[in-house]
Amino acid sequence: MAEISSEQENRVAGSFEEILTMLPFIEEASRALQEILLANLVMIGEIPSPTFEEDRRVEFIQNRFVEAGLHNASADEMGNALGILPGTTGEQNILVVAHIDTVHPISVDHTITLRPQSAIGPGVGDNALGVAVVVTLPTLLELLDIELQSNLVLMGASRSLGRGDLEGLRFFLSNTEIPVSVGISIEGFPLGRLSYDSIGMYRGEIVCSVPEEYDWTRFGATGAIVTINEVINHIQEIRLPRRPRSTIVLGSIMGGQAYNTIATNAVLRFEIRTESEQIGEEIFHQMEAIISDVSSQTGADINLDVFARRKPGGITYQHPLAGAARRIMSALDIQPRKSPSTSELSAFIGYDIPAITIGITSGEHQNTPEEEIAIEPIFTGLAQLTGVLLAIDRGFCSEN
Amino acid sequence: MRIESWLKSNTFHHSTFSDLNALVGEKQKQNLKISLCIPTLNEEKTIGKEIVIFKSELMQRYPLLDEIAVIDSDSSDQTREVASAFGAQVFLSRDILKKYGEKRGKGENLWKAIYQLEGDILVYIDADIKNIHPRFVYGLVAPLIYRPEIHYVKAFYDRPLASSHGSRPSGGGRVTEILIRPLFSLFFPELTALIQPLSGEYAVRREVLDKIPFPIGYGVETSHLIDVYHRWGLQAIAQTDLDRRVHRNQHTRELGKMAFGILQTFLKRVEALGILGKLPELSTTLRQFQVNNNLFEEIPLNIVEEERPPMIDIPEYVAKFAPA
Repeated sequence: MAEISSEQENRVAGSFEEILTMLPFIEEASRALQEILLANLVMIGEIPSPTFEEDRRVEFIQNRFVEAGLHNASADEMGNALGILPGTTGEQNILVVAHIDTVHPISVDHTITLRPQSAIGPGVGDNALGVAVVVTLPTLLELLDIELQSNLVLMGASRSLGRGDLEGLRFFLSNTEIPVSVGISIEGFPLGRLSYDSIGMYRGEIVCSVPEEYDWTRFGATGAIVTINEVINHIQEIRLPRRPRSTIVLGSIMGGQAYNTIATNAVLRFEIRTESEQIGEEIFHQMEAIISDVSSQTGADINLDVFARRKPGGITYQHPLAGAARRIMSALDIQPRKSPSTSELSAFIGYDIPAITIGITSGEHQNTPEEEIAIEPIFTGLAQLTGVLLAIDRGFCSEN
Repeated sequence: MRIESWLKSNTFHHSTFSDLNALVGEKQKQNLKISLCIPTLNEEKTIGKEIVIFKSELMQRYPLLDEIAVIDSDSSDQTREVASAFGAQVFLSRDILKKYGEKRGKGENLWKAIYQLEGDILVYIDADIKNIHPRFVYGLVAPLIYRPEIHYVKAFYDRPLASSHGSRPSGGGRVTEILIRPLFSLFFPELTALIQPLSGEYAVRREVLDKIPFPIGYGVETSHLIDVYHRWGLQAIAQTDLDRRVHRNQHTRELGKMAFGILQTFLKRVEALGILGKLPELSTTLRQFQVNNNLFEEIPLNIVEEERPPMIDIPEYVAKFAPA
């Protein structure tokens, strides 16, 4: 592969080929951890952890880090769970992170069902599995008798999703004294996901409120739902360029109270996603204009609230980290799927830290109570993660 | 007064025993062997999780359990396959002590576990717990490890002794509050101190288990309490608060069957203990009713609470364990 030079391969102890030949053995050996990993998965997944209410999950992870003998096992003031597995030289610090919050409120039944081939339950793949892998990683490395030269910083990141806006990871990166060399973000699924760059993103809500004493004889008198529908119609008319790729995701809509009551409230949740920072800004300004226009026509109070923004960026296809990840995936018969990210990767990008996001297994029904992940591919996912860690540790992922 | 002192000395909260290193250390010092028995009948949805959690947490990470066994009553779903897939020992109840035949009921599986499993302490956990956690085992086993005078530890799922907001009713189930508590109040007032006498989770020393008979149906928990209380006294019994148990709810009609079975067992016990004198022959038919096209229909159900003798009376058991 072009991205890792032979000079680079020779510079470090052991070759990249050596890592590749280890992968099948790692995959097989990791099966011995099935019970421990699945028990962690179930116990983590059954603790409700909606964004801003992750405390109980943090406590569990912290206990696991303490039991694993990690250094500095603690929770920071933002509610991130942290621990360090010291390396033999500690020249690099590799941050392995999984977000611990979910989209499921506490009121949802978080029971996980375990079948021989799969695990089912809300948030089981997004991201109980990711967190379980981070928590089980010290045991896995011990089982494999792998001692990294680099320090491994393990982190369960709080306040990642929705209005959390990656607050946990951003807080850590902006306040830690540990110089993070490389970041790996773990998502439960899909296996094959490889994100190394982030798209630009605006995430927000359009909230439409109609006053109780509204004059129903005026235009738009059918209430907040029809008004927000008017906004949607105008958003659909925004011309999006094919290159750089850009899209507006209308993700969720809520409004009204009953069959026979005119709705006084409606909320539209959206994301603008684009490869171009400038296009993102243009779309955002067009949405502002639409809202101002519809608001003046209908007299409804419409508010545009953008609470998360990401700038596009990341490492390139040719970067040794991306290349090493692809080679490892290929050796494990994983079909890499490049997937631009709006998740933890964006926080790393903000601090110029090379990073990737990878998935651990296959799954479906994401973000529903029936979310399901397959058990068998998890071991391939663990081998993939271990391979990437070895590649980083042995210097195959550095541009220098 | 005795109840009050028992509640203080023999009622625990699982968090008291969360130092598993210390617990395992004490277990090893006493050279104890502990077996977990999960009786099953069509529990494919929950059995996998129970086994994974107990195996990971209480065998691999903290070696508190020496064996985990599923004793199954011919489930027609994938219970046995799922349990095997996650590494439990799986036995068909009818294959154990074949010579003594096969009876249908949870108590049968619990009884056969005494012969099949090796532990000095047996802990029984139902398979239908949705929020399974290691505390379900260590919370029950720990009082037996730390307190030699305790022989039988029962689970309950409430905090009636720790309320900081005044009094409130403690949380037994419907059959407990409508049937068992009134019966215990009449005949065994001290046993009313057990918050949930019917809970299906308990840990018991072998030397106690093999000396008590086993109703094979609904009455097994009630008869255990009466027998252990009668023979070893209230001090031999303890209870542990395991916080919360999420399981499937039963319909009132099912609870009726349960109450009928328990009553049979209870009346046999009070008769045998000479508390009530000689009873007439009791019907084993429960008569429930349903309305069909505005007509009432009787649904007669024959529920016979058979009993297995104390295991110590079974020669094969004596030969296997050769108790002193």
